[in-house]
Amino acid sequence: MMDKASAPLLSVAGLLAIWTLAATLAADPQILPSPLSLVEPFRRELMSGELLHHLGATLWRVAWSFLLAMTIGTALGLAMGRSERVNRWLDPWLVIFLNLPALVLIVLCYLWIGLTEAAAIAAVTLNKIPNVATVIREGARALDPNLDAMARIYRMNVWSRFLNVTLPQLAPYVTASARAGVAVIWKIVLVVEFLGRSSGIGFQIHLYFQLFDVGMVLVYALSFICVMLLVEWMVLQPWERRVRRWRTA
Amino acid sequence: MIHVDIRSKSFGGRPVLGQVRFDIRPGETVALLGPSGIGKSTILRIVAGIDPDFDGTVDRPDNMAIVFQEPTLLPWRSTLKNLTLTNPGLSRNGARAALERVGLRGKERMFPGQLSLGQQRRLALARAFAGQPDLLIMDEPFVSLDAETAETMIGLTEALIAEHRPATLFVTHARSEAERLANRILQLRGDPATLSPHIV
Repeated sequence: MMDKASAPLLSVAGLLAIWTLAATLAADPQILPSPLSLVEPFRRELMSGELLHHLGATLWRVAWSFLLAMTIGTALGLAMGRSERVNRWLDPWLVIFLNLPALVLIVLCYLWIGLTEAAAIAAVTLNKIPNVATVIREGARALDPNLDAMARIYRMNVWSRFLNVTLPQLAPYVTASARAGVAVIWKIVLVVEFLGRSSGIGFQIHLYFQLFDVGMVLVYALSFICVMLLVEWMVLQPWERRVRRWRTA
Repeated sequence: MIHVDIRSKSFGGRPVLGQVRFDIRPGETVALLGPSGIGKSTILRIVAGIDPDFDGTVDRPDNMAIVFQEPTLLPWRSTLKNLTLTNPGLSRNGARAALERVGLRGKERMFPGQLSLGQQRRLALARAFAGQPDLLIMDEPFVSLDAETAETMIGLTEALIAEHRPATLFVTHARSEAERLANRILQLRGDPATLSPHIV
């Protein structure tokens, strides 16, 4: 049991040790600053409010894109999984969008919509929708026809059927795509910010990239990784435990 | 009064049902008897309205209930919710009474997976009767049960039918079950299957 709890901590400590060792060997804080030397700039950015401002902007974009991509992707995947006809028509689109590089979509959105918040969120959402739809489609194909028949004979209304019959069956697929989704979305959001926004972690990384300030690039990147770890532990995992409750009860 | 008038039904061009015509009076229990694979479940699905792709007409009430071979419960909802979600008119107290009637008192907050298979089937029965259905459809509800559980289930079903008196259509391949529960037995024969009525 001791091992279970301490293994992740020891593993992170090992990573920090390797980093410190590499920084000592490199002996050039311009190229690779040691972890300890990042504490002071981190404190400075935190106190000035800069860090929180940019973290907030990125988190806001991640939240919107995530919500939109999950909603639209689930609706599409459900329709495609339940109707062979819809699937025949939409499947080629899915394949095209799945294989369209994120960068192309981002550039096109900025060119067509302009360098706006809407373009940024649209670009990220469009990048993620096909992945969500593909996963949810598999779930929709595995829906139990007997439960469906039962719900119809007992005249459960459409909304109640969705909430109590369909959605719980899709839950493992929704969680899987939410998990994968959050991880991919924040990376794309950073690219979107890098290319055409004046706030957010991606924008700050762009700025410090131009100044060749490796330390500040690391401060911003690591801060956001910590935020995403918190989201994973405080939001995603508790939510997943809640929807899985009936399996373990 | 429930009228069923199926002229024909085919799967992929192959006819499985011929002329199948019968009525069920209110409060009457009708058994549909025939060997496995003859098309009994197909008739049930047509009567229940799940399969609209057939040649003929069915007059059915709006308020129906069904018991499948499997319990077909919502495993992610509590036993109480399994009753109230499928019977929106049912109060929580009504649902508790319905659970108690089938011997599931005190199990309101359990998930179906925490019940034994026999209890799950009794929950499915409670769900079927809780909405006071005008038509109850049962698809081989006692198949694949051990003798003792089957006996309990048949006894409980008999009692619940006597209490609520829905029009009941009941599919089985066991003549003994049909004779015990039904007022009238319809025998399905041939290929494509048609009816040869029996009066018990």
